[in-house]
Amino acid sequence: MTEQIRQIAFYGKGGIGKSTTSQNTIAGMAELGQRVMIVGCDPKADSTRLMLHSKAQTTILHLAAERGAVEDLELEEVLLTGYRDVRCVESGGPEPGVGCAGRGIITAINFLEENGAYEDLDFVSYDVLGDVVCGGFAMPIREGKAQEIYIVTSGEMMAMYAANNIARGVLKYAHSGGVRLGGLICNSRKCDRELELIETLAQRLNTQMLHFVPRDNIVQHAELRRMTVIEYAPDSQQAEEYRTLANKIIGNTNLTIPTPISMDELEDLLVEFGILGGEEEYQKAIQSGTKAPATV
Amino acid sequence: MTPPELSTVEKSAAETTAENLTIADKREIIKEVLEAYPEKAAKKRDKHLNVYEEGKSDCGVKSNIKSLPGVMTTRGCAYAGAKGVVWGPVKDMIHLSHGPVGCGYYSWSGRRNYYIGTTGVDTFGTMQFTSDYQERDIVFGGDKKLAKLLAEMDQLFPLVKGITIESECPVGLIGDDIEAVAKKSAKELGKPVIPVRCEGFRGVSQSLGHHIANDTVRDWAFPIADKKAKEGSLNFEPTPYDVAVIGDYNIGGDAWSSRILLEEMGLRVVTQFSGDGTWNEVLLTTQVKMNLIHCYRSMNYICRHMEETYGIPWMEFNFFGPTHIAESLRAIAARFDEKIQAGAERVIAKYQAQSDAVLAKYRPRLEGKTVMLMVGGLRPRHVIPAFKDLGMQVIGTGYEFGHNDDYKRTAEYVEDGTIIYDDVSGHEFEEFAKNLKPDLIAAGIKEKYVFQKMALPFRQMHSWDYSGPYHGYDGFAIFARDMDLALNSPTWGLIKKPWQQVEAAV
Repeated sequence: MTEQIRQIAFYGKGGIGKSTTSQNTIAGMAELGQRVMIVGCDPKADSTRLMLHSKAQTTILHLAAERGAVEDLELEEVLLTGYRDVRCVESGGPEPGVGCAGRGIITAINFLEENGAYEDLDFVSYDVLGDVVCGGFAMPIREGKAQEIYIVTSGEMMAMYAANNIARGVLKYAHSGGVRLGGLICNSRKCDRELELIETLAQRLNTQMLHFVPRDNIVQHAELRRMTVIEYAPDSQQAEEYRTLANKIIGNTNLTIPTPISMDELEDLLVEFGILGGEEEYQKAIQSGTKAPATV
Repeated sequence: MTPPELSTVEKSAAETTAENLTIADKREIIKEVLEAYPEKAAKKRDKHLNVYEEGKSDCGVKSNIKSLPGVMTTRGCAYAGAKGVVWGPVKDMIHLSHGPVGCGYYSWSGRRNYYIGTTGVDTFGTMQFTSDYQERDIVFGGDKKLAKLLAEMDQLFPLVKGITIESECPVGLIGDDIEAVAKKSAKELGKPVIPVRCEGFRGVSQSLGHHIANDTVRDWAFPIADKKAKEGSLNFEPTPYDVAVIGDYNIGGDAWSSRILLEEMGLRVVTQFSGDGTWNEVLLTTQVKMNLIHCYRSMNYICRHMEETYGIPWMEFNFFGPTHIAESLRAIAARFDEKIQAGAERVIAKYQAQSDAVLAKYRPRLEGKTVMLMVGGLRPRHVIPAFKDLGMQVIGTGYEFGHNDDYKRTAEYVEDGTIIYDDVSGHEFEEFAKNLKPDLIAAGIKEKYVFQKMALPFRQMHSWDYSGPYHGYDGFAIFARDMDLALNSPTWGLIKKPWQQVEAAV
């Protein structure tokens, strides 16, 4: 592995828009001449569809299962080239409810390393599913893998909760593996005071809000056509937003060891921003048999 | 063989031996042994070590607790308990090591459960079956592979009566649904398929594996027996003298030398569970009049269940050494009628001459020798009478994986001043041996070479050192011969024990 390759990873709550945000951003980076490889670390294998314009590519683990073992694969069979020469690979994994997806990611990444996938590149980007639920999903942030973690979040409580959890995962490996937090990316859900909220959360976590990506239906239009916004509507305002984000990541030197906060602190933060009611209001709501004022 | 001169020389040297140590001295030894540990470890281990004092109803040690990290423990895992001990000896079933190949390979033929049958045709005792998990099975789950190999086993070995699936650690980690596969395959094959969730990380020792295996007998085997009994398809004609021998694993033929005594006294041994036992015998256990249990630790659970559900009483017995054999025969007979009681007396009388001859030959060669024991389920207490019959004294004993009820039962066997060590570590066992200077150590393969290199005679008490049987009157003759072979071999005179070297230097 050459040293100048920057390895980054996108983490965030399931459904927050990691794959969409990462592929759009990477399209922007590719436009700027960066050589990028995407490693999809999600059994759903949808981290590269906007790059390849296809439903889902053949995954490492699927092919390995067919052949018998991962040793029976050739790199070329699973490493495809997509939009602006972005290299795409998907780890794949078991169907929901069986086997061990975490072990699958470990197997797939080991395969890529052993077979020289990490050559002639400026960036490797890992797209990892949801929470860091077990050791396998932390694989990309261990020693020798992603050094920069970008957390995609929104102003919704559970997205922030997940972001905080991921920060804990990063902290765990920060001292052994040298992984750092690169920043939060706010993928707007149009929540109340979302920008300030995420900026404050970023501050609490000892990081930055790298970019605020506004909500725009054009993303949806592009996705339906299996394209990134940059490819589908290069002149749109949304494409500009992703280009800005791409530039910020390329130029990002603000890499930190995060300072995760407790669940209580997180709730206090939401109260502070008037999103959650205080304890009194909560007790009142419970007693009257109705739900506490929710965030969404 | 003319060895005894040497041992008389040994005794005449004024060494401190166990006989002239007081209880206070021994407590001091325990204290010294613990000094090697960090404070926290010493505090924990202290509770597992004690000196037994006459009249107490318990050995006074804690047990069945997680071993300390960093110490050498001899314990096994739940898989070892379920597959190696309880289910493994059922000879006409295949017992599948389900998971990566290592557990199956390294436990292959680990226990000497003798059996009669044509291996590979109608019996499978010394064969080893494994699903040999690969990376792909971990990532995608192994249930499909399991279903396939269950069908293959049935095809390759059509006379197999059933299959048990003993799951190894990874199977539990990835959440494979072996119960669902077992149910489906059982239907397809028309044979019992029993999933045993004995992942090695469960529990503190192999003891939990025994319990898990007992529970699968209750939940997966006995319902089949109940159904057959209801249909009248068990083909069993009861007699008043039907008994099951439970928890004798037929190591070196132990169950056979026990069975003949019971049969000679007029009982009908319907089931050997599980040494040299069959699937049908497992089912017929539900029909007997009395369960006779030898290894209480590994099979008491199923005996209690049968008592509650089928009203079958159970009792423990001990067939080590003529004194206790006679006691046990009489105790068993007392639960039956006069015919059996007369039978017991007849059996005892019949073997009297044989036992007397054994004692006449070996007792003079073994009299006064001291022994330290450390074994598994029942032997730390059960073999003490056999040594006593030979004039030998057990000065220390302990279990690998015993529970409180084992140590309570042990109190009836041990003498005042016996050192008790639970889940003894390598360090402790060695230091106790150096201090107590026993003539013989009787433990397992893991300890054997350590002590033999210390020039101490040693006998394996799990495998009988590839000898046996040791149960029953016939077994006692072999036991006595083996102890003599170990103790009075002239080899030991050629090297000095560590404490003798020290004393010589002083």
